[in-house]
Amino acid sequence: MYMTQLDWEFIARYAPLYVEAAKLTVYIAFWGILFALLVGMVCSAALYYRVPVLRRVIAVYIELSRNTPLLVQLFFLYFGLPNIGIVLSGEACAIIGIAFLGGSYMAETLRSGLESIDKSQAESAASLGFGRWLTMKEIIFPQALAVSVPGICANVIFLIKETSVVSGIALADLMYVAKDLIGLYYRTDEALTMLVVAYLVILLPVSVAATLLERRLRHAGFGN
Amino acid sequence: MQASGINVLFLGRNFARLIEGLWVTMRISLLAVLLSIPLGILLGMFMTLRHPLAKAVSRVYLEFVRIMPQLVLLFIAYFGVTRTFGWNWSADFSAVLVFTLWGTAEMGDLVRGALQSIPKHQYDSAAALGMTKWQTFVYIILPQTLRRLLPPTINLTTRMIKTTSLVVLIGITEVLKVGKQIIDVNRFAYPTASLWVYGAVFILYFLACWPISLLARTLEKRWR
Repeated sequence: MYMTQLDWEFIARYAPLYVEAAKLTVYIAFWGILFALLVGMVCSAALYYRVPVLRRVIAVYIELSRNTPLLVQLFFLYFGLPNIGIVLSGEACAIIGIAFLGGSYMAETLRSGLESIDKSQAESAASLGFGRWLTMKEIIFPQALAVSVPGICANVIFLIKETSVVSGIALADLMYVAKDLIGLYYRTDEALTMLVVAYLVILLPVSVAATLLERRLRHAGFGN
Repeated sequence: MQASGINVLFLGRNFARLIEGLWVTMRISLLAVLLSIPLGILLGMFMTLRHPLAKAVSRVYLEFVRIMPQLVLLFIAYFGVTRTFGWNWSADFSAVLVFTLWGTAEMGDLVRGALQSIPKHQYDSAAALGMTKWQTFVYIILPQTLRRLLPPTINLTTRMIKTTSLVVLIGITEVLKVGKQIIDVNRFAYPTASLWVYGAVFILYFLACWPISLLARTLEKRWR
């Protein structure tokens, strides 16, 4: 057994590196997830209203995005696209990658939320003189959102975890820093312990918040 | 010669090498899925036990494996375990181990959900017919859960295939690595090779996962 005590001095010295890296991870996750939600909302609306051509395009996008790994998507964006004159920074690639991947997951979740709302809701709204936009904004969307929240939370956690892949395109996120410390000082135990702690610090609050939110929204459904 | 980069895919054995690279990750994921299914069924049964210790242990295992990015788990298995315990696992072994642990957690949760979705009267009716606990499980409960479990298990397979693309980051020569080698060799003859090679890898992953996703969806619709 090589089991040794953790070197706390080493941990104290390099913890600031992890804080910086965690900021990058959170930054990419935040913008990526925000854009993923936007993409998801637009796509789910187009699917819900059965917009003629757009609907097919979105279906293709969803299949492409859900059936390929993020790492491969990022390699294509970061190493492939410069050949046709599209040069993006690492951060931009990471955010676009997360948005491209997450967009389809969010779209599917929101669409199933929208479709779970009974047709009578839209009909009642119409009989009260609500227009299409108002019906969506005031009646359908709030209820659909409540139904979708567990799925959205699961997607958010999934996407934060997926950001660990961006070290593959040389972004100095948590994985990258850990790999760097292992390579430089061979302090594998300390580097990996800090890595696990850093991800727990980011993900545990999100996971707890998701559970609380789901519990709160369980009562929001209509008629049950 | 500044030929179009697409030709690089068909030079020599390049295309065959890419397929072989894809097979490396496919093999890891298929092995992990095959191991995860029986282990996950056991874990799922274990999770439905009413014993508080069983609940606590399985909960902690599930939460930890699911909340940590798979890449972190890979790093722990490949770099951390060697350093801490002196067990020199190969990258392939570490990958199969990590993905089996992860797959078992996911599968276990699916099995738990399916077992709990079986109404209590099924157990009562079996007991009324004089069946033992074991007979009830094998002839009544298991066939019903398997049907519910098949689509999500197939989905798990595609997730597994996508996630095993990470193994390139612990040094396994899979499709992305082979792609990079092809690009590097042809750096001067085909400067735009990276667009085509990474594009091809993207399509290959899609072609590997899409049929499996379609199968899962068809089964889900038919058996609803």
